[in-house]
Amino acid sequence: MSAVAVVPAKTEGRASEVILRVQDLRKVYAGEAVVDGFSFTLNRGECYALLGPNGAGKTTTLRCCLGLTDPDGGAIELLGEPVPRRAREARIRVGVVPQLDNLDPDFTVAENLLVYGRYFGLADHTIRERIPGLLEFASLAHKKDAWIGELSGGMKRRLTLARSLVNDPDLIFMDEPTTGLDPQARHLIWERLKQLLARGKTILLTTHFMDEAECLAHRLAVIDHGAKIAEGVPRELIRAHIEAHVVEVYGDGATEWAHGFSRDDVSRLEVSGETAFCYAADPVPILRDLEARPHLRYLHRPANLEDLFLKLTGREMRDEA
Amino acid sequence: MSSLQTRVVARPVILDTASRRGVLFAAPRPSRRFVPIWRRNYLVWRKYLFERVLSNIIEPLITLVAFGYGLGSLLPEVGGATYLQFLASGSICMSVMYSAKFESLWGAYSRMDTQKTWAAIMNTPSSIDDIVFGEVAWAACKALVTGLAMLLVIWGLGVAHSPLALLALPVMLLAAAVFSAMALIVNSLARGYDTLSNYFVVIVTPMVFLSGIFFPLEQLTPWLRVGAHWLPLAATVDLVRPLILGRLPDHAVLNLTLLLGYGVGCYYIALILTRKRLFK
Repeated sequence: MSAVAVVPAKTEGRASEVILRVQDLRKVYAGEAVVDGFSFTLNRGECYALLGPNGAGKTTTLRCCLGLTDPDGGAIELLGEPVPRRAREARIRVGVVPQLDNLDPDFTVAENLLVYGRYFGLADHTIRERIPGLLEFASLAHKKDAWIGELSGGMKRRLTLARSLVNDPDLIFMDEPTTGLDPQARHLIWERLKQLLARGKTILLTTHFMDEAECLAHRLAVIDHGAKIAEGVPRELIRAHIEAHVVEVYGDGATEWAHGFSRDDVSRLEVSGETAFCYAADPVPILRDLEARPHLRYLHRPANLEDLFLKLTGREMRDEA
Repeated sequence: MSSLQTRVVARPVILDTASRRGVLFAAPRPSRRFVPIWRRNYLVWRKYLFERVLSNIIEPLITLVAFGYGLGSLLPEVGGATYLQFLASGSICMSVMYSAKFESLWGAYSRMDTQKTWAAIMNTPSSIDDIVFGEVAWAACKALVTGLAMLLVIWGLGVAHSPLALLALPVMLLAAAVFSAMALIVNSLARGYDTLSNYFVVIVTPMVFLSGIFFPLEQLTPWLRVGAHWLPLAATVDLVRPLILGRLPDHAVLNLTLLLGYGVGCYYIALILTRKRLFK
């Protein structure tokens, strides 16, 4: 499948220094390519998101970039260091928020930061000076001496985020940072990530929350089966690939209605279960028709990243790799 | 696509099977970054200091009292010492081994698999080589503390009193590192806590009975005796027992070489297998 590239508009105020460069990355497990010739670059100060269904190769790509998985081919340059050969040196300036929490349950909140900072070779007094600021950033100052088991899921994610900043990294890898969180906790994490971007940090984000990518990412790549199928600025990608309006129609008879509706008024029609998704440049004829059918419920909304994602990767279920 | 996205600086590499094998089998490269890993484990241990030292001492003390004073009163001298002295000087080796094994089996497995502490460490500049070296170094130090505590008890009870016993401490440190490295091999292959228990039942417990702790190796049948002498725990007992009882060991060079060989070999194997497990 050929990749679709939308060249991003020049982003003012962001330097174009390349901080991560991945070229033709390839990783094979049991004869199957989970990353298949994937290339991308990440510029200083930007947030770049990798979107893909389960098993698309997002986490494997991150692991390869960190030097934690040996690629079967390709080249990676992280913060000027070739990976995996000098991954250890590169990781000095990197922070990581993993998909699953791996906070140290034997320690308190503050001790977690202290012990983690030591792994970067930081002196105790340096880490102790940073801890109040990190806890403030994570809104956990009041939990400084709490044990990890006493924290909620959202607090643990915030602490993991704070922990990833203990070495004041240039680049932060975030592997599905808000999975499993309630909306309040997710929005708080997004707020903090925006603050980090405002401070000039660079973020490589994997997610399958489209609103998260749309909210945070300056650019994104949609990957499937280990290969890039689209790349660009979220809004521009949506404009390039998806009709401007979407009408979702629900209820008994929705699919029958959709199949009987005039093709001239709907650019694209997708049916998933009992819901019909009508994509159109002009939604007025569809809405007019629906107003005359009170048994059908509908939602009219602008096209979003999820529509793009589903168009590119399909609607069928993906099992975990 | 912009020119930035296509510009190439690093030369693409194709890793063939041979070069990947090279990564796996590369010589150990621990760095000073093992120190924070050691300190992490030390900090946890310090939190539970009382419970952990107590449990390390109580069990061998029970063995000493039950077998040493009880059974010992019925037995004649063994190898020129009372049975209590014989047993105490062997039990200290057993305690050191248990301490190192527990730390590098249940402790290390929890950190590797359950808590994902190693995964968190690998996201920092520390490497798998640092983690394995740090774990061995920590387990050896922890086991040495157990050995030292046991030695103080032995001295306190008046079972032995030779200052030569202080020379047993570096031997115990080396032996503990060997036992830790052996345990980390099992850890790297473990599918769950049951694997660790099975290893203890099938390998560790028989080794305790075949290493001259409870009775002299001369009591074993000849073929078993020859094999038993090559066990690392037997080599440790051969070195430590005479020192505690105030004599220099007979085959010090041979036994130290044996322990060193086991240590280097097991550490390297544990490292390869741990790399294979974690560096997917």
